[in-house]
Amino acid sequence: MSKKYWETLPQGSVVLEAGSSAKFKTGGWRSMRPKWIEENCIQCMFCWMYCPDMSVKVTAEGKRAEFDYDYCKGCGICALECPGKKGNKAIVMEEEGK
Amino acid sequence: MGKIVAVTGNEACAQALKQINPDVCAAYPITPATDLMQRFSGFVNDGKVDTELVLVESEHSAMSACIGAAAAGGRVATATSSQGLALMWEMLYIAAGTRLPIVMPLVNRALSAPLNIHGDHSDGMGARDTGWIQFYSENAQEAYDNTIQAFRVAEHLDIRLPVIVCMDGFIVSHSIERVEYIDDADVKKFVGKFVAVNPLLDIDNPKSYGPLILTDLYHEYKRAQHEVMTRVPKVVLEVAAEFEKMTGRRYGLFETYRLEDAEMAVVVMSSAAGTTKDIIDQYRDRGVKIGLLKPRMFRPFPFAEIANALKHVKAIAVLDRADSFGGMGPLYSEIAGAVMQMDTKPAMINKIFGLGGRDYLPDQAEHVIDELITLAKTGKVQAVKEYIGVRE
Ligand code: SF4
Ligand code: SF4
Repeated sequence: MSKKYWETLPQGSVVLEAGSSAKFKTGGWRSMRPKWIEENCIQCMFCWMYCPDMSVKVTAEGKRAEFDYDYCKGCGICALECPGKKGNKAIVMEEEGK
Repeated sequence: MGKIVAVTGNEACAQALKQINPDVCAAYPITPATDLMQRFSGFVNDGKVDTELVLVESEHSAMSACIGAAAAGGRVATATSSQGLALMWEMLYIAAGTRLPIVMPLVNRALSAPLNIHGDHSDGMGARDTGWIQFYSENAQEAYDNTIQAFRVAEHLDIRLPVIVCMDGFIVSHSIERVEYIDDADVKKFVGKFVAVNPLLDIDNPKSYGPLILTDLYHEYKRAQHEVMTRVPKVVLEVAAEFEKMTGRRYGLFETYRLEDAEMAVVVMSSAAGTTKDIIDQYRDRGVKIGLLKPRMFRPFPFAEIANALKHVKAIAVLDRADSFGGMGPLYSEIAGAVMQMDTKPAMINKIFGLGGRDYLPDQAEHVIDELITLAKTGKVQAVKEYIGVRE
């Protein structure tokens, strides 16, 4: 007899595949979207350090790259921490879908 | 051949844990279970066991540490009572839902308020829906035997669920009784080597415990958890049969006493069953056809088996050492559920007794049986639920 779907689930809901959370794209939860303004960026990497979701990408040279909107939940921490250049923020939050 | 000793229920359970030698034990003291863990920590201190004893700041932390240790891949035990179990509440569901085979002696004690340290089943009944398997023990021997069997049931590869082993606070935990200990080597052989399933410490195969599962799969996981519970009775009986071979002591899902030809039955758990059996003998001498059914396994509740054992009786009194305020006693509800499947339904009454350690005395059993005699004759229930042994 073939198994019912619920019979095939791993015991105790243990996730047996390492790193599988990458498959769960949480960016859809976002209502506010961070926008990177490159000319104001001083490459301090605060945003990369503070992002709770590792959604600030870094280039092979170790430079600040674009946001990863597949996982960015729009919490705004990066925008708050960003020092920017001469009082001009390098990250601003905008309403999603506008 | 084992050794016959005079010990308390707590001592006997501590001895069982010593013989099993779990990998990790995280505990927090609470009356009347304090003495059990204190004795066990003595074994740790004296190097009699290899157990890593984790002393934590609360029962919530104790159960959390047990969950972590079990997920890491260890054989884990703890013990508690009353408010301690209540404080573990959310973690109890996590232990069961995550399918971790933790064994926990529960020295049954009343819940506050008012504050009371004595025995009743309010704590265990409060945890009845958590997904833990529950055994109730009549005396120190049963508490000892059930603790040893509990590891086999919990760790069975078809099961992997946590188990609570209950004994009545003070009445059993602190009374000295005759207990037959099994030899260390036999316990070791019986319990066997611990087999870890998906251990976190297997770092070559990384895995995650405790994921978020929403509307897409939560229902299916609970369906699977229900299924596991249905497999428990068979395993409990297999383990009991093996245990009987080793010790000569027989265990089932429940015990019956002079029930085969009875017209009336008293259903009661734990130490009160002993008193009730004595009174049943007295009534039997006078030709009254009364018997007893004592559930041993309360979760999962063996509905069909119990219905079958009670199918010939005309009247049943269910004695609950806990109340569900505004509802029926918890044991009564289960028995009523079982009896619903029978073709001819007996008349049933529910008595709440012995709360906060109030003594269950022979005259209370007599009062119940006298009422059953009338009930069996008339079939007319006067009061479905009633407190007995109340000072009036
Ligand atoms: S908004 Fe929050 S989640 Fe998105 S990149 Fe900034 S810190 Fe990370
Ligand atoms: S915190 Fe602001 S300035 Fe610093 S690297 Fe990020 S975007 Fe650039």
